[in-house]
Amino acid sequence: MKKILLVCFSFALVFNVWAQDRVVSGKVTSTEDGSALPGVSVVLKGTTNGTVTDTEGNYKLTIVGGGGTLAFSFVGMTGSEVEIGERSVVDVSLGLDVKQLSEIVVTGFGGQIKQDLTGNIASVKGSDIASIQMPSLDAALQGRAAGVFVNNSSGKLGQAVTVRVRGTSSISAGSEPLYVVDGVPITVSVDNQYGGTTNPLVDINPNDIESLEVLKDASAAAIYGSRAANGVILITTKRGKSGKTSVSFNYQTGVSSETRRVDFLNSEQYAELIFRAAKYNDDRGGVPLDDPGSDTQYAKDLMSYHSFGQWDTDPKKTYDWQDQAFQQGKVNQADLQVSGGNDKTKFFASMQHLSQEGIMFGNSLTRTTGRLNIDQKANDWLNFGLTMSLARTLNVRLPGDGAFSNPLQSVALLPMTPFTDPNTGLPTGTPPGDINVGLYYNPRISLDYGRYEQESFRNLSNIYGTAKLLPSLTFQTEFGVDILSQNEEGYFQSQTIRNQTRAANGVGSNASAFVTNLNAQNYFTYTKDIGKSSLNVVAGMQYQQSTAKYADVEGLDFPSDSYRKIASAATKSDGSSSQTEFSFNSLFLRANYKFNNKYLATFSLRRDGSSRFGANSRYGVFPAGSVGWVISEENFLKSVTPISFLKLRASYGQVGNAEIGNFPQLGLFAGDAGYAGAAGQRPSQLGNPDLRWETTEQVDIGLDFGFFNNRLTGEIDYYEKNTSGLLLNVNVPRSSGFISQVRNVGKLQNRGFEFVLNSQNLVGKLKWNTSFNIGYNENKVIDIQGQIIDAGDYNRVQEGQPIGVFYTVEYAGVDPANGDALFYKNTTGPDGSVDRTTVNRLNYTQAQRKAVGKPNPDYIAGMTNNFSFKGFDLSIFFNGVFGNQISTYGMGRFSSANMRFEDNQTVDQLGAWTTPGQITDIPQARFFQNNGAQLSSRYVVDGSFIRLRNVTFGYSLPTSVLSRVKLERVRFYVSGLNLLTFTNYPFWDPEVNADIQAARNVNIAQGNDFYTPPQPRTIMFGVNIGL
Amino acid sequence: MKKLIGLLLLFAVITSCDDKLNIKPFQNLDQEKALSTEKDVLVSLIGAYDGLQSVNAYGGDMHVLAELTGNSGDIFFTGTFQGLSDAWKAEMAATNGNALSMWTRAYDVINRANNVLSAKEKIVSSAETKDRVEGEALFIRATMYFELVRLYAKTWDDGDNATNLGVPLVLEPTKSISATDFKARSTVAQVYQQIITDLTKAESLLPVTNGIYATKNAATAVIARVKLTQGVTGSTPAQLAALGEARDAANRVIASARNPLASSFASLWFTFLTNAGNSPSEYIFSMKVTNQDGENALSTYFGIGVSSIPGSAGRGDCKITATHRAKYTAGDARNYFQQVGTNFYSRKHLDRFGNVPLVRIAEMYLTRAEANFRLSTSVGDSPLADVNRLRARAGLPNLGSGSLNIEAILNERLLELAFEGSRLHDIKRTRGSQSGILWNSPKLIFPIPQVEIDTNKELVQNVGY
Repeated sequence: MKKILLVCFSFALVFNVWAQDRVVSGKVTSTEDGSALPGVSVVLKGTTNGTVTDTEGNYKLTIVGGGGTLAFSFVGMTGSEVEIGERSVVDVSLGLDVKQLSEIVVTGFGGQIKQDLTGNIASVKGSDIASIQMPSLDAALQGRAAGVFVNNSSGKLGQAVTVRVRGTSSISAGSEPLYVVDGVPITVSVDNQYGGTTNPLVDINPNDIESLEVLKDASAAAIYGSRAANGVILITTKRGKSGKTSVSFNYQTGVSSETRRVDFLNSEQYAELIFRAAKYNDDRGGVPLDDPGSDTQYAKDLMSYHSFGQWDTDPKKTYDWQDQAFQQGKVNQADLQVSGGNDKTKFFASMQHLSQEGIMFGNSLTRTTGRLNIDQKANDWLNFGLTMSLARTLNVRLPGDGAFSNPLQSVALLPMTPFTDPNTGLPTGTPPGDINVGLYYNPRISLDYGRYEQESFRNLSNIYGTAKLLPSLTFQTEFGVDILSQNEEGYFQSQTIRNQTRAANGVGSNASAFVTNLNAQNYFTYTKDIGKSSLNVVAGMQYQQSTAKYADVEGLDFPSDSYRKIASAATKSDGSSSQTEFSFNSLFLRANYKFNNKYLATFSLRRDGSSRFGANSRYGVFPAGSVGWVISEENFLKSVTPISFLKLRASYGQVGNAEIGNFPQLGLFAGDAGYAGAAGQRPSQLGNPDLRWETTEQVDIGLDFGFFNNRLTGEIDYYEKNTSGLLLNVNVPRSSGFISQVRNVGKLQNRGFEFVLNSQNLVGKLKWNTSFNIGYNENKVIDIQGQIIDAGDYNRVQEGQPIGVFYTVEYAGVDPANGDALFYKNTTGPDGSVDRTTVNRLNYTQAQRKAVGKPNPDYIAGMTNNFSFKGFDLSIFFNGVFGNQISTYGMGRFSSANMRFEDNQTVDQLGAWTTPGQITDIPQARFFQNNGAQLSSRYVVDGSFIRLRNVTFGYSLPTSVLSRVKLERVRFYVSGLNLLTFTNYPFWDPEVNADIQAARNVNIAQGNDFYTPPQPRTIMFGVNIGL
Repeated sequence: MKKLIGLLLLFAVITSCDDKLNIKPFQNLDQEKALSTEKDVLVSLIGAYDGLQSVNAYGGDMHVLAELTGNSGDIFFTGTFQGLSDAWKAEMAATNGNALSMWTRAYDVINRANNVLSAKEKIVSSAETKDRVEGEALFIRATMYFELVRLYAKTWDDGDNATNLGVPLVLEPTKSISATDFKARSTVAQVYQQIITDLTKAESLLPVTNGIYATKNAATAVIARVKLTQGVTGSTPAQLAALGEARDAANRVIASARNPLASSFASLWFTFLTNAGNSPSEYIFSMKVTNQDGENALSTYFGIGVSSIPGSAGRGDCKITATHRAKYTAGDARNYFQQVGTNFYSRKHLDRFGNVPLVRIAEMYLTRAEANFRLSTSVGDSPLADVNRLRARAGLPNLGSGSLNIEAILNERLLELAFEGSRLHDIKRTRGSQSGILWNSPKLIFPIPQVEIDTNKELVQNVGY
């Protein structure tokens, strides 16, 4: 049979002579105190054959054939590799880990020791993020992985998060990295009907995570071929170890509040400003201020009407409508984890319940998750395993930022408008009271008389089998599913009529989404050491298919608000169902070669076919290679004691981006064009049979170093990513009946450097270590065939500029003579000189637009300091974002526009120009006149910030106490999230991305604020008990 | 051996996956197959109506923009949509979002109509059906070209129609993009010629009754409107000839008696709330809105939710000024405004799902009166009788023959058709002005959308942008 196998697979390699299986055993101890180390992983190097030491530190491993190397590893200890030779007993002692280079890094279809890596992979351990209240799993990477930009976007619970690995490398296709959980590429987006996009990663319990690996360069990522251009994030969940069963219980509870409020005018100030604005109009029109038709009288009527007349008698009474938007949030989370096993069976099981009330009224999220990971050794050549997780998430949602019912939009209401209607005692604007009181709809009514829930069930499971075909050849087969069922249900009572204009007798809706994502992969791993060479080859196939089905129904005219299901709706006003699918069929190969522990090389190749590609370009091939040179192994450096490790590495490869939508290549009609009850169809899309993936070529040169016995380690990387064949909605003349056609044209570039430094500052009883990382990225659009793509208010894509550049007229301040807003002309004369003279609103269109900012930062950085002393531990984590701008135009043109509209204004608007000669940046207040509220750089501001993201202080009870109560571990901790923010940003939160804009174009319309809720500041207390 | 079987099975799986890459869309159809049968053409025609009914077209934006741009003294616009606010101030920029969305939608509708026309030979069931479908598609295409040319180009006879730039004329469906799709602007004269050609053919093809869809009268009524635009003030022989055609077309519609004048002005509104969603017979052509399909942008911007009228809705952006309300004399049923707080709103547009009237018989009487008056004729009836017919319906006393002049006729038009989308066009046609801005000011001509200028280098922008 062995012969058949050899023939069958024609592996042109010489195999060792078969030898008898034998048993190697030994004991693992700590170098420091000689104590036994339980739970140490012992692996026969280059195989998956391994075990874990028992409570006495003993292990026993059956090995096939002669010799080999045993690799010992344990969290917090340095690993060790020992040649077995002819021995049957191999005892080792492990030292405290002062370097992180020997840990195994997950690389996709396998793993590699960090010091052998030639690609760039950032790794975040689950233990680094435990007990931090994160909005979702992807937020764990924020500030912890160099070159990975994470923007939490909004303080609403469960909202989508922006993640960019080494810049945005696409204009129209997806820019989010590929997420792979235990080998399964998961579903990361699902359509929803209400509010902003939600984040399906919320369904994953962060405490189940063993590690997060970010494959950043082409060499590391190319094994995922056409899906790797945005980076790949590998999420590995915890697994059991044989030995003592460990039980861990964790409970944490806390409160949260908004990180910041914005100061708005009080009633007196508002009246002063609106009268100034109205007087300007009246004076110009020669209308006496007391004329019934004057704007001044209009303003009086306005304030009187919108305060139920209260302003007439009590003009000072002020209501800060932010009180109606924010609430004190609450967090409660309980975790139970059990893990353990024996030689044959290992398991990890967990349960978590999280209940969270957001900082915005009416926003809450409840999540319950369960997980079971099992590894079973069937016999000496066959292993099976299973990971299975179930999650239920209930998100009581808020509307999109752009909706009048967004609670934070209530800041636009007049400061004299009371929260409650004195005539009814109900929230202002609630029927039977006057629904038109309140300059705009009072969002509170939607919260008191409406509800929108999104409930999702998630099953992420994977089953695998590993067969050891030959001592050096294993075969692994995996089948995984990611099943996401989502239901959204909303009901808005008739009281919300001013906002829900269809809700005269209630409006209810129900929408379902079912996303079934199947993944099958099979691969061989061949590992062989020949002399000083070692070779590791992975080759296999992967097939993925994802089907999404959607259905929704809406009903109007309910008998009463007691009936809320569509069953009771007299009018089924809307309903739909739809389906979409995609598939990938791929082959891949990767070879790692190492010579004499000095010279390293990796080559990988992947061939992807996808239903998304046009008929003329269905398959793509993506090669990558990298080399490394461990200089510290050379004789000339071995004697230099301060240098413990030095490795130079370089990689090059091609990867693709296939997030181009499901059917972009086809010329289509759509059947959604019915009219008045008759069915209709319409032309909906121009076709392109040549359509394919976007291609990114990436070069990475890096240096890994370790000094002073590896107490100081780090990495420096320079990279250049050139993306071509950009998928563009190329504008076509709209007179054709179409707006654009999708084509592969255009090029853009990201380049930058990354710097990581880990330092063990103190290693005695008082331990102090520091991790610091910083990434710089420069994005430039090279060629989009001279097109200009506009999105959002200012964002555009233009050659020579970074993607999403804020492009607008340059604001020149205020004419001291007359209070006019001024704009620089910035026209270029025939001699190349730029005309810096100014124009006012009348000639605004003469002012040329220019680049005035960009939404993506230059630098992103993070720093963690960990201290421990006896039972105390302290972790302080800062992250920062530098060099980006934010458009505040979304609300600024209403709220900070010197009374251009009737909206309440931010306090700074009181400084509007009043007197000739006055120097100010705020133009004269002119009621309903657009004096400076035009699109201009006035509303593009610095978005840099440094945030004290997390501080955790813990105390663990000493062993002497624990042994009396028969517990292994008791730790109390207090943790603070978003405690301090240092920024010049004038609105709520510089960590922002309005969902209204993001929905329109995720890559281009970035960096916009639109009454977007800020991040929460959360203080939590927790206890962790282990037995 | 078991291992071997497993591995062979595995490779069987690998090789069998390739055909799974052929996935077809589920709610879309390949364009090559979409117009294969008669039914395909019929549903494509419905698709053209669907486009026409879009908010960016006859769902209301075209009317809202024409009212805002032509009415700064009559409307106090307090809304926050920049595109509309700038239109109200006649301060549009080339990037105006509404100018863009209307342009885009109009050409989308034209492409839908062109698809229908290109496949008319697939209609084999009856000559009547084929004629009807062709007539409807021509009618739809013509209305969009008429809206485009009067919003985005100089008005008729403002200079030389044969050199004034109109809009690009696209008469074939777009299946793919090539150099010929980058079209220059045809002249104003060419666009009007196409409109008249299409409408004339549509009038001959369309049936006299056609449910909620375009009828012969709809085509005739729009001919009257186009010809009245070309008639201007009747100061040249060509203008006088056009006025004659406008008069005759209006007279044909009136004489058909298929769209009689309703007895009560108030009965013309609240079509969803009080008329079961049906348009009154006075509406010659309208867009039907239901609570399942379509929107009424006039209601969105002119309407407001009034507690006493369940089903009323709107943003309340367009407050009707005292200046405007003072134009009505006591007892005029058309002084039709809803007071909310201290503000007034047009009652024509309170119904959330009200149908959007595009042309109604009252306009035909006003057109016939105006044309007859300028031509000193009495085709159908005398101008005085036509004006008094509308005044009587509004509850007003008859004008005496001595007080009938062109101003009186135009004033009657203003009051009758207030906030229905004709104000800007009436100002341009009658060489009037609004808030000091003259009828031929570039500010009253919408910009060719900036993105279209950027994309299609053949296009020339309008003056002032």
